[in-house]
Formats: sequence, structure tokens, C-alpha cells
Amino acid sequence: MEHYKMNLTLKVWRQKDKDSKGRFETYHVKDISSEMSFLEMFDVLNEQLIQEGKDPVAFDSDCREGICGACSMYVDGRAHGPWQRNTVCQLHMRAYRDGDTIVVEPWRSAAFPVIKDLTVDRSAFDRVIEAGGYVSANTGSAPDANAIPVSKWAAETAFDAAACIGCGACVAACPNGSAALFISAKVAQLAYLPQGDAERKTRVVNMMEQAKKEGFGNCGSIGNCEAECPKGISIGNIAKRNREYMRAVTSTGPEGI
Amino acid sequence: MTFKEIITSPVGRKFVMGFTGIFLVLFLIIHASINACIFLDDGGVFFEKAAHFMAYNWILRILELILFIGFIIHIIQGLTLWKMNRAARPVKYAKTRYTKKITWYSRSMGILGSLILLYLVMHLSQFWMGTKKEMYFDGPHWDLYAQMKVIFTNPLWFSLYMVGLAALLFHLLHGFQSAFRSLGINDKSWTPLIEKIGVAYSIIIITLFALMPISFMFGWLN
Amino acid sequence: MVLDAKVPQGEMKDKWQNYKDHCRLVSPANKRNLEIIVIGTGLAGASAAASFGELGYNVKAFCFQDSPRRAHSIAAQGGINAAKNYSNDGDSIFRLFYETEKGGDFRSRESNTYRLAQLSGNIIDQCVAQGVPFAREYGGLLANRSFGGTQVSRTFYARGQTGQQLLLGAYGALQRQVATGKVTVYSRHEMLDLVVIDGKARGIIVRNLVTGKLERYSAHAVVLASGGYGNVYFLSTNAMGCNVTAAWKSHKRGAYFANACYTQIHPTCIPVSGDYQSKLTLMSESLRNDGRIWVPKNKDEKRKASEIPPEDRDYYLERRYPSFGNLVPRDVASRAAKERCDAGYGVGTTKQAVYLDFAEAIKRYGKMEAHKAAIENPDEQTIRNLGMGVVKDKYGNLFAMYEKITGENPYEVPMRIYPAVHYTMGGLWVDYELETTLPGLFAIGECNFSDHGANRLGASSLMQGLADGYFIIPYTIGNYLADDIKTPAISTKHPAFDEVEKEVTERIQKLMNIKGTKSVDHFHKMLGKIMWDKCGMSRNEKGLTEAITEIQQLREEFWKDLRIPGEIDSMNPELDKAQRVADFMELGELMCRDALDRKESCGAHFREESQTPEGEALRIDDQFSYVSAWEYKKEGEELHKENLTFELTHPSQRSYK
Repeated sequence: MEHYKMNLTLKVWRQKDKDSKGRFETYHVKDISSEMSFLEMFDVLNEQLIQEGKDPVAFDSDCREGICGACSMYVDGRAHGPWQRNTVCQLHMRAYRDGDTIVVEPWRSAAFPVIKDLTVDRSAFDRVIEAGGYVSANTGSAPDANAIPVSKWAAETAFDAAACIGCGACVAACPNGSAALFISAKVAQLAYLPQGDAERKTRVVNMMEQAKKEGFGNCGSIGNCEAECPKGISIGNIAKRNREYMRAVTSTGPEGI
Repeated sequence: MTFKEIITSPVGRKFVMGFTGIFLVLFLIIHASINACIFLDDGGVFFEKAAHFMAYNWILRILELILFIGFIIHIIQGLTLWKMNRAARPVKYAKTRYTKKITWYSRSMGILGSLILLYLVMHLSQFWMGTKKEMYFDGPHWDLYAQMKVIFTNPLWFSLYMVGLAALLFHLLHGFQSAFRSLGINDKSWTPLIEKIGVAYSIIIITLFALMPISFMFGWLN
Repeated sequence: MVLDAKVPQGEMKDKWQNYKDHCRLVSPANKRNLEIIVIGTGLAGASAAASFGELGYNVKAFCFQDSPRRAHSIAAQGGINAAKNYSNDGDSIFRLFYETEKGGDFRSRESNTYRLAQLSGNIIDQCVAQGVPFAREYGGLLANRSFGGTQVSRTFYARGQTGQQLLLGAYGALQRQVATGKVTVYSRHEMLDLVVIDGKARGIIVRNLVTGKLERYSAHAVVLASGGYGNVYFLSTNAMGCNVTAAWKSHKRGAYFANACYTQIHPTCIPVSGDYQSKLTLMSESLRNDGRIWVPKNKDEKRKASEIPPEDRDYYLERRYPSFGNLVPRDVASRAAKERCDAGYGVGTTKQAVYLDFAEAIKRYGKMEAHKAAIENPDEQTIRNLGMGVVKDKYGNLFAMYEKITGENPYEVPMRIYPAVHYTMGGLWVDYELETTLPGLFAIGECNFSDHGANRLGASSLMQGLADGYFIIPYTIGNYLADDIKTPAISTKHPAFDEVEKEVTERIQKLMNIKGTKSVDHFHKMLGKIMWDKCGMSRNEKGLTEAITEIQQLREEFWKDLRIPGEIDSMNPELDKAQRVADFMELGELMCRDALDRKESCGAHFREESQTPEGEALRIDDQFSYVSAWEYKKEGEELHKENLTFELTHPSQRSYK
């Protein structure tokens, strides 16, 4: 792999705080190595801004290895930038050429208000999980781990859904600002496992109610969530969630909602 | 949960959209079949019979009512969803890009739906209103076949029909398979089949519809 | 002060049961009136906070990230050990205990390590009940694999994302308690100091990272679950935000800091590519099962790796350790790589890397597959393709990650790897109850020192975090709080809060008022370089002494020439970083002092003065069988020693020849 240096123009969304009006600022960065990650390129920009006595760009990032889900940039019209199945912390600068201009925006969603610059408040996701995205199993009360066999298929399918990192790219990428993929990933994970069975009806209903309150939009089956999801969570989970939901709300008896 | 809560929930709304959508898909099959009668090229005799049967049979009249309700629910839910979805993203992106897999029409269901609504108003006032006048208000005898000739040989109306049908085509291309997902069907083996059937259905239905004005316009039928 | 570990009486296997049988309890009616603060929401913090909430305590949980789910436990790849013996291969609690103790080079407290092994099975039960999708066999039962060169298969795993799945399980349990109102989570809040009232930990001062305002929170007890301090080296596999501030400020308020110098350097990480590098990425050590590690025999080798013939390659691990070869423990593999690179045999542009080569594994697997498929006289390409398929099944996700970061295809060219700081075994000193020397202040997970001695074995950090959080602290905190059932809610108007908040405010103002010329990262990188060069994989008296002076000078410069843009009363990530680095500057010095004091080599701590004639680590048991616990004093850190006793094990010299 040949390494090279490049100069870039960045158009970055700057917004002082939640209530301020934001705008794009244009910056130039020089001698960016093709081996850098996208966020390291932002570190270089920030170092430059500090030297110039300006306020550095605020953005979320923590693990920088694509698993914590903190990083969240809308790069050139795409959540997490141009690479498929990738978080922006794992996007590397060899994706760009000398002289490129890159537009960087925060996630845009009524449920994810901008706090500062490229940082958004995703606590709506926490509240959706709080509404039921778990199995109620008090510490100490669990039976032996092998007491309930789980088919390999169920475990694998549940895992595919459980791989969600909660970054919010699905919401950011959805033209409708829907959180359907995020919610359905958790609903599906726990619906496929016997451990999640006892609460499967209340779980999906309560999570959906909370999502509605948070102001997420509605799924239009467009598929951009799946296309931009860094973990490739399948849109099939959304159908699974719909099925779970309709089953829950139409059933009667003590388990009915 | 009350019924109202269920159908106004996000999943419920989508369920209603999918359900009414599939209902309308079925209606289009009947509509297209009746239309196809003109291709017998008997000067519209059989077509008139079929149309008359459709208009005067009381079972079908009840179905027509249900159809209307289906349309209205589909339209109202669609507009509500569209409004909610706009509210979910108050600040728009300066730049958006989609991968090739994401079709433009899947993102434009609201606009396509609105176009179809306008088209529907035009279509009903030109064809359906006359029948109703004859039936309920002792209106003059309504010669549907003759009316078709008048409308479809007029270049303006002809073009508007083509635009409307194009909107319907793309609406169906996404709507057909999306409806199944809203109803909870998405599966490795079924979904690809549903998608293929959806594409075939949309193309066949729209071709059948479009052949009608085209045939009159180009004088293939008299 | 004499360090009392408060280890319960009785035989080793009965100690924990004895403790549970006799510790004091708090009735449900009283739990309702008691408050607990938990700092950090990783495996230890989230599991503890959720368990406290279930018991009925009122919990305030804090994390600096935007959500509790982002804590760095999420990045753990390999798995979690448990002595379930599901594999029927002779595993037992004793074996897990013994291996952990031996892996830690006999520098951990036996009673704590034994309890960890005892609780390991309960963790798996709990996590499965939460819906953690562990790997399973076709029969529906849990799958195990061997990990880190152990002789039994006791590692439970969820693909390469075990930490993520365990954390999300604990996070779910936590959010469930948030819904009940028993736990309140304060995300984007960072603890900046501890409030001590009448000798007991009673509250904290935190910065709201969104508004920049200081806030006060009180409780009857404070539990630190704030993770390790590997970021003192600037470059490590830790997340960007990992820091020592909560632990360090607690240390300065009276909690002893133990074994500061024990830092684990993981041998298989992606090497540094340039000065801009912000963090390092770990590649699971399972790669060493099939990859062969080598460097060229010639210092000025110009050829591509694939063009270097076998006779010009130095498979140095196989050469030095014929019986263990590439599978020697982490510390041994790391030091050997450093030795080769320091001697000038490193590869890549920076010369700070060694090759991890799968070419032979691909060939070997390819031949086996061809044999299985009954292909006669397969050509080389067929063998290669078949072999690549096997390697892809085993390590596909790791290879993809490597390619994403480096842009090189590891199926075609050997991987380049280099050791990186990964885990810190040292931390706040705690007794058997996980309480620090400061009453009412507990430390769990990586931020305490307790279970891993001088070196941690693979797949045991997740085990410790969850054992502490789910199964130990819920008992021991009750024993402490039993004295507090009559204590009303602590008022944040208490003068102690005023005083500590004033100190924090002044410190922040002092930082902001430096208005110098250099950024926080500049100083952090300088500190990291000193630490890496002189208190890294191998240490000596001269280097450590120099490092102490250099750190002191750097600290002085930091307080004179730092530049932090922005304001105090608003979101200001640079200010947050500055406070963390200020504490790293102090911790770094203590690490060097601790390393200087420990004149033996043990586990991850290698003192060049203490080695065998073959250059291996040499432990000196008669002088150094102790835990060093440092007490903070204005005039300097004072060393206290907790002598280690060995009831069940007999310290022996490790040999991997």
C-alpha cells in the first residue's frame, strides 16, 4: 500500500450549544497522511485551531476501534462516511485524494438535538432501552447457564441483532429519522432467545411507546438504515418487530396489552 | 390498548398502510381486468356490459364503499406519516447521498402518493362521476366507451394519464414489497420472491392500464 | 497505619461462605433510606449499580461518556473464563485459581483470587439469564474454547465481541433500575474530587460536561468502578476518555494506591504508524495459535517479507522458547519483540514492528483440506485457496479489522504487530471487602489492584469486573452500611462540600489561566514517551530515576505553558482532557517510584537488574512478596507493605523453555 500526503478543505458544522444557530465553517488542513484515521485528521485540525487560539471542534469519540458507538459524523452526505459497514473512527484517509473537499455534519434528528458542533444528545436511545430493552433477571436468581438449551440458530440470529452498537447511524441515515432498526435489533435479539420470552409482549409495546414520545419518525422500508449500519444489522429485524408488536397488541388474556 | 391506540401507534399506522395498500393492489387487478375487455375490439360492447355489472351489482357497490374507505385511510395515514417524518428531522442535511441500492422512489412515496391523489381526482371526475350521475340523479345515459375516446385522444389528458400512471408504477414498485415488511413478513426465502412478484405485478398492471389510452391515442381501437 | 486485608477465617474454600454467613445485613426498610454513588458504568460499575438498585438502595451512577453503554469494557474481544467444567476436561475452581495466581507471578492475594474463581460460574449463569448470546453448540448448550495457552477449555465467548455483549447485558439491567427510579444515571458527568466527612467518603464533586457547571452529589458510600490508567502512556488500547482522575483524587484524599507499576503490555497490537496516532488497536492473542512471529536476520533487509527466504528469517520466539514457541505468555512475547526491535531488526517504516505470518498456516490448513476433499496432487493455488478459507473462518473479523486500519491484506503479506499498553493490574488498594483504606470508599473492577497480581491472564478481566459488581460488592457494602442505617441523607450543604468544590474551582481556574502555548495532547504525548521509554516493557534504576526528574520537569512546564481554549462554563473537551492529564502527570511519577522500589522482575514488571543468565524475569520472593501500597502525603508518597502469604500455592519460577 502506497502512503501519501494530502491537503484538504473541510466544511464543518459549528454550533455553540443546543439553543444557538449553527453554520458551516471552512477549514484547510495540510499534510494529512493517508494512514491517518478520519478522527485523527480531526485531531490535527483541532491542534491547528488551538494554535490559532480558536475553539476546537467538539465531536464524540471514545474507543476508536468501532465498537463503543460514540463517534457520529455525517460525512459528505453519509452516516459514518463513504465506507460500508464502518464507523467514522475506522474510516481512514486513504479514502480521500489531495484537494478533496469534505462536508461534515452532525446527526440530524429531532430526537438527537445537537449539543455542540458535531456532538449530539442520544439519550433518547437510553430511554428506549429503559422502557423494556432487557430481561428482568435479578442478580443471583439465575438458573444454571445450561439449564435452558438455546438452538445454535437462535443464538446466532440473536447475536446478529445484538451486535448493534447504538451509534444512531440508522436514525441519521433514515430520510424519516426513524429508530426502527435500533429498536427492532433489541426486540429481535430478546425475542429469539427463550430468556426473553416472558416479557416479549410488554417489551416491544413499551419500547415503541417510548420511541414515539422521543420524536423518531416512521419506518418507510427504504433500507438506508441497513445500508449505513456499521454492524450490518438486517432490516429483517424491523419486520420481526412489527410481527412482535401486532402479536402483542392483538392478543387477549393476562398476557395481552 | 384500545383499538385507536393500536392503529395510531407507529407500527399500527404502518400496518394499516400495508394492509390497505395490499387491498388496493387487489383492486387494481380487478380494475385492470375490466379494462382489458376493450381489447376484444368489439366497439366496447363487452366492456360496457362488464362496467355496467360493476356499477350496478349491489355486492360490488358495498365493496366499492369499502374500497373508498380503504383509499381514504391509506391517504390520511400516508399524509399523517409524511407530516410526522418531516417533524422527525427539523433541520435538513446540507448534503445527502445514498448508495445505489436505495432507490429514489422508495424515498419519495409521499410525493408519488400526492401525485396519485391528484391523478385520482382527475380520473374519477372524468369517468366515475358520470356513472354515478346516471345511477342516482337520473342523469343522461353515460357512454363510458365514448368518453374514453374523447379523453384519451386529447394530447393533454393523455399526457396527464401517462404521468399519473408513472407515479403509480413507482409507488407500487416500493409499496408492494414494503407492505409485506410492514405486515411483519421478511424472510430469507420469501422476501426475494415477494420482491420479484412486486416488480412483475407493478409492470404488468401499469402496462395494462397504459395500453388503454395508448391504443386510443394511436388509433388501434375505435 | 497497618494494612489489614480483613481476610475471613477458615479454609480457603470456605472463606467467602463464612463471610456471607456472618456479615451484617441491612433490612429492606433501611436500604430505602441509603444512597450509594457509583463512578463508572463499565462491567463492574453497571453490574454493581444494577444490583444495588435491585436490593433497594438508591443509586447515583456517573459516566463521562454520553451513555453508560459506551464504557470501554465494550471493547474486550476474546472471552470470559469460568470454572464450569462444561468441557469435562478436568477444570475446577482450584485450577482456575491456581492459573490466575501463577499467571500473576504470585503477587496477588490468594483469598481474593480464590473467591474470583469460585464466583466465575455464577457470572455465566447471570449473563445467560439476561439474554447474552454466548456461542453455542448444535445441541443448544454453551460452547467453550481455550484461551491464552491454558490446558483446559473454560472460556465462554460471543464471537469476537464478548465484552460488548456482557456490557450490554449489564447495561440492560442498569436501565431497568433506572426505569424503577432506584438508579439515576448521570451521563456526560465526570468525577473531579471526593468529599470526605468525618473520615468517611460521603460525596463527590462532578463536572457536568455539557454545561461545564460543577455539581455536588452525596451518598452514604462511594464505589469507584472507573477502570484502569493505561492512558498514562498516551498510546494504549484504552479508549480516548479512559482516565485515572476519580481514583487519583481519591488517592489524594486518603486511599492507598497499590502496585502502580504493574502494567500489562499486550504483544499483538497494530503498530504505530505516525506521530498523529491517537490510540492503538489490539488484535486478539488467539492469532498466535496459528501465526508465526519473526524478524529478518539482517538489519538492513530491503526485500519484501514474502521474498525473504527461511534461512534469512529469525523466528525468535521459537528459537528462544522451543517448547512454548509463539504461545509464551503476553509479557514474555512483548519483551522479546521489544528486544529484537531495539537491536535494530524491526520491520516496517518505523522499524518498531515484527511480522506475524500466516503463510505457513495457510499452507498447512490447505493441505489438510485438500486431503479431506480427496484432491490428489493439488497445485499450490488450490492449497492456498483452501487454506485461506480455513484461516478466514477462524480469524476473518480480525483480518478484516487489520486491513481496514493498515490498508494491507494480511492473507497476502504478513501482519506487522507490536506490543501496546493494554491493562493495568495496579490500582487502589482494597481489602477482602473491596473497601479502600478510606472508609466508605470502595473500588471494583480494573481500578482496584486485587486479583491479578503482577500480570493478568487472558479472559479474566471481564470475569473480575462482573464478580466484583454482581456478587461481591452487594454483600460487602451492606456490611459497611449496616452502621449507617440511622444516618440521614448527607447534605451537600456540609462545609466539606464547600471546601472541596472550592478547591476544584480553583484548580480549573488555574488551568484555564495558564494561557500558554501548547495543547494538552502535546504534554500528554511527552509524558507517554517518557513512560513508554523508561517505565514500559523493561525498566532499570537509571531510567526510572531519570524518568522521575523528567516527569517533574514536564509537570512544571505543563502548569506554565498549557493552552486551553474555550470557557469554563460550557462544554469544553480540552479542559476535560487537561484535568485528566494533570492527574496522569502525578500518577506517572508514582508508577516510576513503585517500579524503582520493586527491584525484582515479576509478571509484567521487568527490572533489567533482576534477570536470569538467559535474560528471563527473575522474581525475588524473600524480599518482594508484598503488595506495595502508597499513601499520599504532601511531602511525598509513603510506602506501606501488605505481605503476601501462600496457603495453597508455592511460588515457583516460571519457565517457558
